[in-house]
Amino acid sequence: MENLLKVTASPHIRENVTTRGLMGNVIIALLPCVVASALIFGWQALLVVGVTTAACVGFEWLYCFLAKKPNTVGDLSAVVTGLILGLNMPVFMAQKIWIAIIGAFIAIVIAKQLFGGIGCNFVNPALVARIVLFTGFASAMTTWTFPAKANDTMAALGVDAAAAATPLQLVDGSGASLLGSYPLKDLLLGVHGGVLGETCAAAILLGFAWLLVTRTISAAIPLTYVGSYAVFSALYHLSQGTEALGAVVLHEVLAGGLLFGAVFMATDYVTSPFTLKGKLVFGIGLGLVTFGIRTFGTMPEGVSYAILFMNLLVPYINDLTRQKALGQKKKKKEAKAA
Amino acid sequence: MFKKLKRAALGARVPHEKGTAAMATEKMPVPAKVIFPMVQHIGKPCVPVVKKGDTVQVGTLVGKAPEGISASIYSSVSGTVQALDTYRISNGMSCPAVVIETDGQQTPDPSCKAPEVADRESFVKAVADSGLVGLGGAGFPTWVKLSPGTPVDTLLINAAECEPYLTSDTRELLENSDTVMSGIRAVMKYLELKTCIIGIERNKPECIDKMETLVKGVEGVSVKALPSRYPQGAEKILIESLTGREVPQGGLPAQAGVIVLNAATVSGIGRYLADGMPLVTRRVTVDGDAVKNPKNVEVPIGTPIQDVLDFCGLKEDVQLGKVIMGGPMMGVAVADLSGPILRQNNGILAFSAQKAQLPQAQACIRCGRCIEACPMGLSPVEIAGAFKKGDAQQLGKLNIDLCMLCGSCSYVCPAKRPVTQTMRLAKDFAMKEARK
Repeated sequence: MENLLKVTASPHIRENVTTRGLMGNVIIALLPCVVASALIFGWQALLVVGVTTAACVGFEWLYCFLAKKPNTVGDLSAVVTGLILGLNMPVFMAQKIWIAIIGAFIAIVIAKQLFGGIGCNFVNPALVARIVLFTGFASAMTTWTFPAKANDTMAALGVDAAAAATPLQLVDGSGASLLGSYPLKDLLLGVHGGVLGETCAAAILLGFAWLLVTRTISAAIPLTYVGSYAVFSALYHLSQGTEALGAVVLHEVLAGGLLFGAVFMATDYVTSPFTLKGKLVFGIGLGLVTFGIRTFGTMPEGVSYAILFMNLLVPYINDLTRQKALGQKKKKKEAKAA
Repeated sequence: MFKKLKRAALGARVPHEKGTAAMATEKMPVPAKVIFPMVQHIGKPCVPVVKKGDTVQVGTLVGKAPEGISASIYSSVSGTVQALDTYRISNGMSCPAVVIETDGQQTPDPSCKAPEVADRESFVKAVADSGLVGLGGAGFPTWVKLSPGTPVDTLLINAAECEPYLTSDTRELLENSDTVMSGIRAVMKYLELKTCIIGIERNKPECIDKMETLVKGVEGVSVKALPSRYPQGAEKILIESLTGREVPQGGLPAQAGVIVLNAATVSGIGRYLADGMPLVTRRVTVDGDAVKNPKNVEVPIGTPIQDVLDFCGLKEDVQLGKVIMGGPMMGVAVADLSGPILRQNNGILAFSAQKAQLPQAQACIRCGRCIEACPMGLSPVEIAGAFKKGDAQQLGKLNIDLCMLCGSCSYVCPAKRPVTQTMRLAKDFAMKEARK
């Protein structure tokens, strides 16, 4: 047969951006956090992240194989889920690594594949796993100890690394007096207790910058999330007459999972709104729910629950924040409502 | 202000690839045979008025426009009618076609004389007689545009040429600026329009400079530089960019008080008023990675695509994979190179087999890039979802009727899904459901 001409529907050219490329950008953006966690918590941090990543990829491959679906390991989304999941665990998990593998199973098989695989999950897979583990293995997931080796690294950095609790817990545990007492340098470098990825604000911001430069995500969600949280928190502390307001709010923003969640988990494509307007609503909602849980709830941390809660609202946010089409007529129903 | 910024950011950042912009147009030798399908426009098919064995000259009527929206077709060559054939047009339908064997003399038809135009009525009739259709690609009969049903105050000249590769309008502005200007003056005079804005994308500074010098001192005519964002040249987007007006949903440009003419079309009006020769040739950009010498060619309408490609040469070491009529974003892939150049064809692009290979589609990751890129402000990802469910009501709510199939959504999709194709299917589906 003579070589025939290809006939396809327009357009006949495509942009160079691929799913794999976007996921690759997220992986690159997560690397500073991985490196920082190894420096702060020691080599066991790499073990935890490595095991969750390998387990996520393994479960993805296994599920596709068993379900006779096309293999989707190549889109790298399982790697992203694995990295985020690993960075959501304390270094103590290296001693109970089987829990991390359960986490990977929950993330990939339960939260993602059973709902139809990439693009079909309605909540962030890594987030579901984190929440299930926090509920099911509460003590292991909240053991914030530093390994001895890490203390040496700290000492080399010239930081006193005695803190075993996350600085955010001091808010509840010892009352408001300790808020704002952490040196800013420690918060930025992340030399305090916490899950692997959340402590080092500098590494998170580096990753955020990469995601913005490569146009992988829009800045709308992280900025409105952190910004609105800071505003709510400031207003609250103002009403409480807290001293050193700036330091306290900064402490609340930098300590805990707010930055990591805002940059890497709330911006998940599948589980965040489409339009800019929707993203702004989503971000402010996240800020409000996080503030509510942290301030009035019984838990010190509220980021993961806030994201989970807002994930569930995404279809409604999408429905209410659709952009107006060029020349669009007012629909009868809308006209009535207005 | 915010809205303006947002609108300017919409659309796709397609590559320009305007390698032929600086090359003067070359005239193609007369082919051995030309084919005139009776559908080369939007509207009713023309009726063949010649029969086998008739001799025709350049400018002889071969297909007469019936009453209603249509535009007559004229012979681009002198020669003998070889056959009345059927021709399959790109949408799969068939139409009659007149095939003419050329004699190489290119004798003009003596009946072609400059028309006598005195008022609006005779002007519109002259344009109808010229066989002019929208030369930017759509092929809507020009005289119909010049008979708007609602009051119109502004003429917009579309020289955005936002499709990659294509430079035929660019060359029209540079080479035939006098007929562009005389066409503009005629339309403004007979339709009593006070203003005219010529919209040119910023990636053509030489055109902007040239037209700015020419419009100096011409009352009411101005040039406006447009952002180089695909699809600036889409009618509704152009109107919004140049005047800030929105064409109401389901409406025509005239309802926004404007008439939009492509640069080559308005130039065609100027030319016809001067010499009375109807639309028989057109400028075609021939480009693509399989073409040896990409260039702009003045082609007798009806010339087989193969002849045009032979004139520019195809690379011997490259396997031809795909040939597109029009631009790469909205053009139609052709299956058969023996088919003719039509009136509205502004480009022929020949791509290698390698470049013709489109990437495999993967699952949608709901990144929302199609929404960001949609120049009409639609939500392709949600439209695709509603179409999958067969939910015509939701498709209506999502304004599927406003989709103009510009291709931006497919272009930006990281999962390489055929989004535009889905939009086309969804649009057809919703229209059929609405008719029930």
